[in-house]
Amino acid sequence: MSTRLSHGGRLTDRSTPVQFTFNGRSFSGYAGDTLASALLAGDQMMMGRSFKYHRPRGVVSSGAEEPNALVNLGQGDTHEPNARATTTEIFQGLKASSQNHWPSLEYDVGAVNAHLSRFLPAGFYYKMFIHPRPLWKHVYEPFIRQSAGLGKAPHPEARDPDTYEHFYAYTDVLVVGGGVAGLQAALEAGRAGAEVLLLEQTAHWGGRTPVDGGEIDGLDPDAWIEKAVGELEAMPNVRIRTRTMGAGIYDHGYVLGYERLTDHAPGQPGPRHRLWRIRAKQVVTATGAIERPLAFAGNDIPGVMLASAVRDYLVNYGVAVGDRTVVVTTNDDGYRTAIALKRAGLDVPAVLDAREYGGGALMDQAKEMGIRVETGRGISKVKGGKRVTGVATCGIAGSGALIDEIACDCVAMSGGWSPVVNLWSHCGGKLFWDEAQACFRPDTDRAPTGADGKPFVTPAGAANGYLYLSETLSDGAVGGRTAATATGHAAGDAAVPETSAPVEAAPRPVWMMPEGAPYEYRAKAWLDYQNDVKVTDVQLAAREGFESVEHTKRYTTLGMATDQGKLSNLNGLATLANALGEEIPQVGTTTFRPPYTPISMGSIAGEARGSVFQPLRRTPMHDWHEAHGVQWEPVGHWRRPYCFPKAGESSEQAVHREITATRDSLGLLDASTLGKILVKGPDAGRFMDMLYTNLMSKLAVGRCRYGLMCSENGFLSDDGVVARLDEDTFLVHTTTGGADRIHAHMEEWLQTEWWDWQVYTANVTEQYAQVGVVGPNARKVLEKLGGMDLSAEAMPFMTWADGTLGGLQARVFRISFSGELSFEVAVPAGQGRALWDTLMEAGAEFNATPYGTEALHVMRAEKGFIMIGDETDGTVIPQDLGLDWAISKKKDDYIGKRAQERSFMDNADRWKLVGLETLDGSVLPDGAYAPTDGKTRNGQRNTQGRVTSSYFSPTLGKGIAMGLVHNGPDRMGEVISFAAADGTTMTEARIVNAVFFDPEGKKQNV
Amino acid sequence: MKRYSVFAVARQALSNHQGWERAWRNATPKKRYDVVIVGAGGHGLATAYYLGKNFGITNVAVIEKGWLGGGNTGRNTTIIRSNYLQDPSAAIYEKSRSLYETMSQDLNYNVMYSPRGVLMLAQTEHEVRGYRRTANANALQGVDTEFVSPKRVKEIVPIINLDGPRYPVLGGLWQARAGTARHDAVAWGYARACSDMGIDIIQKCEVTGVRRDGDRVTGVDTTKGQIDCDKLGILVAGHSGHLAGMAGFRLPIESVALQALVSEPIKPIMDCVVMANTVHGYMSQSDKGEMVIGGGADGYNNYTQRGSFHHIEETVRALVETFPMVSRLKMLRQWGGIVDMTGDRSPILSKTPVEGVFINCGWGTGGFKAIPGSGWGFAELMARGTSPLCDEFSLGRFREGRFIDESVAAGVAH
Repeated sequence: MSTRLSHGGRLTDRSTPVQFTFNGRSFSGYAGDTLASALLAGDQMMMGRSFKYHRPRGVVSSGAEEPNALVNLGQGDTHEPNARATTTEIFQGLKASSQNHWPSLEYDVGAVNAHLSRFLPAGFYYKMFIHPRPLWKHVYEPFIRQSAGLGKAPHPEARDPDTYEHFYAYTDVLVVGGGVAGLQAALEAGRAGAEVLLLEQTAHWGGRTPVDGGEIDGLDPDAWIEKAVGELEAMPNVRIRTRTMGAGIYDHGYVLGYERLTDHAPGQPGPRHRLWRIRAKQVVTATGAIERPLAFAGNDIPGVMLASAVRDYLVNYGVAVGDRTVVVTTNDDGYRTAIALKRAGLDVPAVLDAREYGGGALMDQAKEMGIRVETGRGISKVKGGKRVTGVATCGIAGSGALIDEIACDCVAMSGGWSPVVNLWSHCGGKLFWDEAQACFRPDTDRAPTGADGKPFVTPAGAANGYLYLSETLSDGAVGGRTAATATGHAAGDAAVPETSAPVEAAPRPVWMMPEGAPYEYRAKAWLDYQNDVKVTDVQLAAREGFESVEHTKRYTTLGMATDQGKLSNLNGLATLANALGEEIPQVGTTTFRPPYTPISMGSIAGEARGSVFQPLRRTPMHDWHEAHGVQWEPVGHWRRPYCFPKAGESSEQAVHREITATRDSLGLLDASTLGKILVKGPDAGRFMDMLYTNLMSKLAVGRCRYGLMCSENGFLSDDGVVARLDEDTFLVHTTTGGADRIHAHMEEWLQTEWWDWQVYTANVTEQYAQVGVVGPNARKVLEKLGGMDLSAEAMPFMTWADGTLGGLQARVFRISFSGELSFEVAVPAGQGRALWDTLMEAGAEFNATPYGTEALHVMRAEKGFIMIGDETDGTVIPQDLGLDWAISKKKDDYIGKRAQERSFMDNADRWKLVGLETLDGSVLPDGAYAPTDGKTRNGQRNTQGRVTSSYFSPTLGKGIAMGLVHNGPDRMGEVISFAAADGTTMTEARIVNAVFFDPEGKKQNV
Repeated sequence: MKRYSVFAVARQALSNHQGWERAWRNATPKKRYDVVIVGAGGHGLATAYYLGKNFGITNVAVIEKGWLGGGNTGRNTTIIRSNYLQDPSAAIYEKSRSLYETMSQDLNYNVMYSPRGVLMLAQTEHEVRGYRRTANANALQGVDTEFVSPKRVKEIVPIINLDGPRYPVLGGLWQARAGTARHDAVAWGYARACSDMGIDIIQKCEVTGVRRDGDRVTGVDTTKGQIDCDKLGILVAGHSGHLAGMAGFRLPIESVALQALVSEPIKPIMDCVVMANTVHGYMSQSDKGEMVIGGGADGYNNYTQRGSFHHIEETVRALVETFPMVSRLKMLRQWGGIVDMTGDRSPILSKTPVEGVFINCGWGTGGFKAIPGSGWGFAELMARGTSPLCDEFSLGRFREGRFIDESVAAGVAH
């Protein structure tokens, strides 16, 4: 059984017990325990069930690479699925439960799959469930889907109570990994004067070295680490962070860090996770190495564990994983586990060393301690079900003939070490195959390069393939100095610490144990634990022609689990290479993608959630609207009033009231959201002529003109009123949604095509508040405010003037989008509310009525004015809308002109804008199409037009609509039918002039 | 070809699965083919398949620089829908969707087409109007869609937050017969069926040049030698410009990286596909349990198939807002694929200035759903010189200004 020893545990504090529950059962651990170590201490070896066969699974590792021990954490709103027990620090009251079983971890009905595994090889689902067709949708897939997934899904209405934040950091040198290599790299770079940021994913500095042993500068590793951290903390140019993982490296030195602030101490104030968005000039990846499992039959039975993990639980947490541990290894490192166990007084019946001649000094030491060492041996089969009970040993080379059986309750396996090259590879770093150590290592001649074409990532230590203490440290130093030098900081002479550690003998790669294992052994030898991919699955994939490592991965799901193949990838591709008779480097690796381990969605979203999900833009009158019962409509990032319903009024009634009040007397529109862009400079006129279809350069100072903008493909993209402020300055009004887009459009042309023109643009939308004062009494109310001559003579239609209105500095435009007498009054944004209040007060006697976007839309439709986004959709050119008059014939060019000369666009035979009136006065369905005779070559109904805007006009007391109809203007008076959404119900409508109201413009021109 | 079935699996189980044959032959190139297809992605393989199946043309080679299905076919978010606005788009995507419905039986390969429904959320008045219009157009195009109320949206997707403070859900465009399929299986199924018809699939074979006799194509140079052909089809999303350059013409496309990600697998919580275009994100749950999430394309042209972060941030933010329960899920993996974007965001299936060379590209962010329809039409175009599904997607449309613009209906993502 696994148990807590009476002493030991360098990371645990035995004076602080911590109570928690697992599957509802109470457990006790110590502060500093991980969930995995505390469960092991309570003899809870089984921690989960595998994905496909629901095999009982115990923890296999002690770190980020864990594929088996995934648990549900928390409940309700704080429930988190798929947390690795090995990286979860326990706290008082923690609630964890195992995953993927029913009804319980111990007795799981899904385990029947394991008995069917013969019928469920890799890719079985591609070959089955094909007939009869309806059964896939209604039977097979629902069944498969029901068994999918690992962790419990959060409740549909779960609302994460925690907060998350983003940090932005800039640094010369970022060191990822706080093992001894990372510490040494940070020391070197820090001493050279570079700004350094050092990140460590766990809560502790020093990585594996304190567990693995050795001496650094004559010190015990823990003492050296403490000294190194002390020196780093004292340097003002160095920042260090634990519980912060380097998640991904992106182009140009952009790195994501993932800091877990309160996962180990919920309830503490502050955010749960913090996402570090780092720009580093140089990155040192000191990310260490991960031990590989060995492929032998039964290597997934709880109690079979990485040798390094067995050692970690012993040294770091004082936990004995078993009483009797058989060590099976292909390299010297496995002996460290045997020695540590023996020292702790635990039984090590044997070390099975795959190498014919065994290992080096560590083997000798083990032998001296009385440990039985068998060389050239391996495990043919592990015995046991929910827990290891023994192993059958065999020769490495043969087919697994039994040599002897050894009773044990733990198997510690070491298949060698693989450098963690994930971060190196994220941004294009390449690898080479190191035959001697049997691992892929960073090829520093093919490093990720930055904008200057120079490398910006340096691997260091074990992550660079330097697995032994002395070379790990010296390579860490090289990494730190290389990075510091590359950022312009002269690094002094290296002060590489002196180390002492046993010399190790060469490892022997073993990809299948025994090498000639028969099918029944290979079919029980797991490569990917979580996804249940076995050696036979990879061999089947190879046999069926899935020869690319990517094909094999996708066919078998090897490496696609939550650990992303940290334990399985190399073993899998070596198995594939063997099956194909190719060399491992020829088969290559799959692609390493961010993040290194999964990061919370909450941390990615950061603070941007709820009401601050996106910036909310408010006009200066926003609060007034809010206080007067506004019904909002989101338009871009703005909120615009849709209408202002009064008590008991529907929004439709409100809109009708607003229109009638405006047409009868006086309406007020908050027009502040309209885009306002200043275009200024000696070449402004020339630029405006290119931007607009109109001849804007001839616009007189003091006058306004309605203008059209097209995309380079000729399609109408925006419209609005342009005012010429002076010879060099235009004020461009855009649609509300178009302001940012049009400003960017201007800048793109100025910066990429006309970079030598002297034109400057500024988006001043938010600098001004603007109010549309609309209706027969518009002039009266403004005159009441006083300060400007707004008479028809002084201020004719389509002019503007600066002045003072009611004591406010104002710019008044006489323009109209409603067909009424109308002024738009702009004041500095800070005066907007004052202007609005003044107008409401002065307008009281005229029944001044604020109106919203819907009334605006209806009134413009009554007048036949087009609306960008309604009459246009990116496929409409001005000529389709009868706006030929706004296209200057006098100039050589404008954006979109050449496009509009293309044969299909320069064709009279197009869908064009008309008005539409139903015969019965009803409102046409918005967006309805008018079918016509026949079908397309593809069997679709032919159409001859569609409705672009449709409203009930309270002014006219009937439905009105605008639409694009094939050759519409030539078909006035014709009646055509529009289909409802069901495709069959038809509404008849007559084609009429689009100007429904006051076609002579009498109301406007007063 | 030995047929796949539950009985075949049972038989093989008794012999430890030692008897399974290769899914496709590992062909060495012949000297000459009637048709050479460049690009063994979904579109290339589907084209080859329908050339054989519908036109009896099986002296065909599909050549592939890397491994088959390794481009966007293996990188997309597997959404299949046909609720497009414009007639030519609706035609080819609906043909495609209908072929997906029977693909498993047709290919004797379970591609797991799962008609779980696609819901496109309307979160502004503008979107409501746009989707109502699309529903109207779809009714006449024979595409089954409906505009549904917020209440119905919540019934379809219980995890949705209808009343977000910024963009409350106002309704949605629902296509019940749309869904997802297993993307790799589509490539593998076509490859297996092609191989069975005698079509050669040649992987790890890069085209280095296009051979011409005047304005006529005569073959290609490859890393496995010269291969002659009468007709050449180019279906190499992400590298279309390169291949067109080799053939001697230019294309009106730009290439950008499109970003996607998956969460860790969780038990089933979401049945359908939801696309939220106002906030830029879409999500579905795979049969393995992962939430499959897509977002926008990078804002700059690029050929690296790497993930970048800024769109991931925007997308995840949108989804946390739309589906608050995802906040405590974790992102497992992110990746990028290179998509060809045309001026009107619609594809090109066309003859080219070089006689005998045909190009199929420009699917932008939405190519996976089109694979069978595209292959069906493009095979017809290559065999007959004309195809109702393809003719309006000709290269000439850019010269004529006959754009097929879906931006109003499709928003950010296809």
